[in-house]
Amino acid sequence: MNLFENVGKFSRFLVLVFSKPEKGKTLFSQIIREIDKLGINSIGIVVIISLFMGAVITLQTAYNMLNPLLPDYLVGYTTRESMLLEFSSTIVGLILAGKVGSNIASEIGSMRVTEQIDALEIMGINSANHLVLPKIIAAIFINPFLYVLSVFVGITGGLLAGYLTGTVNLTDYIDGVQYAFIPYYITYSLIKTAVFAFIITAIPSFYGYYVKGGALEVGRASTKAVVNSSILILLANVILTQILLK
Amino acid sequence: MITVSNVNKSFANLKVLNDISINFEAGKTNLIIGQSGSGKTVLLKSIVGLHEVDSGSIFYNDRNFTSMNLKGKKEIRKEIGMVFQGGALFDSMSVEENVLFPLDMFSDMNEKEKKDRANFCLNRVNIQNSNHLFPAEISGGMQKRVAIARAIALNPKYLFCDEPNSGLDPVTAILIDNLILEITKEYNMTTIINTHDMNSVMEIGEKIIFISKGNKAWEGSKNEIFDTDNQDLNDFVFASELYKKIKKIS
Repeated sequence: MNLFENVGKFSRFLVLVFSKPEKGKTLFSQIIREIDKLGINSIGIVVIISLFMGAVITLQTAYNMLNPLLPDYLVGYTTRESMLLEFSSTIVGLILAGKVGSNIASEIGSMRVTEQIDALEIMGINSANHLVLPKIIAAIFINPFLYVLSVFVGITGGLLAGYLTGTVNLTDYIDGVQYAFIPYYITYSLIKTAVFAFIITAIPSFYGYYVKGGALEVGRASTKAVVNSSILILLANVILTQILLK
Repeated sequence: MITVSNVNKSFANLKVLNDISINFEAGKTNLIIGQSGSGKTVLLKSIVGLHEVDSGSIFYNDRNFTSMNLKGKKEIRKEIGMVFQGGALFDSMSVEENVLFPLDMFSDMNEKEKKDRANFCLNRVNIQNSNHLFPAEISGGMQKRVAIARAIALNPKYLFCDEPNSGLDPVTAILIDNLILEITKEYNMTTIINTHDMNSVMEIGEKIIFISKGNKAWEGSKNEIFDTDNQDLNDFVFASELYKKIKKIS
């Protein structure tokens, strides 16, 4: 019952969020601010994680391919496919659900408990639309760039790890990265990234917006937001993979 | 003028407001007083539409707010300024940006006019040289004054203040009270103040409504309080030794 109640409440929340904004100019400046807050500020963590994950994927693949019948270029190929198909979209999505999601839920939750949302409503402003729509638009816009960055950095991380440890020949690795490339996989992953961006912003906003009580409840809402958006990302990942790669 | 007519409000099985009817007069400071949990804040939030009432009507002059659609309510809300208990300033905005915000959203002024208006409002509440500070960097009294400046930025017809003195020292509290009184007179606003601060009542209580256990228990002016035989009101107002002595003298 609670699940159905929440789905209904979330649907009503989305109707509020996607209504006509009060002022287009204000929306635009808010989107730019959110791009900076949600996207540009996440570049560091995306780069660090992608670099190390690319390196680990390369090393693990290399150490598990000691069979001489397997060609060396498969290491680069595996790293590219792992980054392209799954890591840079889903795993980065999960990491951002933690970083960005908790930030959004606690920001909006704090605004609720300190009556800042009431202040917006009193001014005649649709607070859900004013606070949440710029975040959703900003994330859907910027996250695909983070995805591309993650793929690039991950593959570079693999190359550096392979080269520095001497486990992979550079030429073989680069051959592998270029081998049997299917451009549609990028489209597939970009679609996933955009859907995950929506989940990462809309779910925490929902939990933050309806928080009741004080600091303790804001913390709880933040935790719930991260857990539920992570689960939804995994669920959406399965559904989208089945639909888009069938 | 704001008229509240036979308003009832419950949360689950708990009745919070019971058949409340009040006329709040324009150009006057109308104070709602009562103990914590008596229903003052629920009444104030019901009047501004943050709570839906179960039954009864609320009129802003002749406009029935309770039966309006969302668009109509939004239009009325543009005529409302509200000062919240904690100030409710936007944390991410500077003092000046907080006051500019309603102007950015709802006025047709150009940038210079908006800035001039924001500075005028800040000067009106005696805030100078703090435009670029953030709410976390200013005192509680200053936050309340900035909240008042933001509330009057669009020249509202109605001003609501939810415990504007809570957490302030007596001197700052009196300054805030007098500021609200002055602004009310200056703009002929209908001002409704929610308080349990007896100093405020004695300082600016032109019309006082006493709420007890969700009922309107008394209505009158600050001078009439001394002569009331309402036991609940007497217990509430003259709870402290100081006020008991003042009553004896009067």
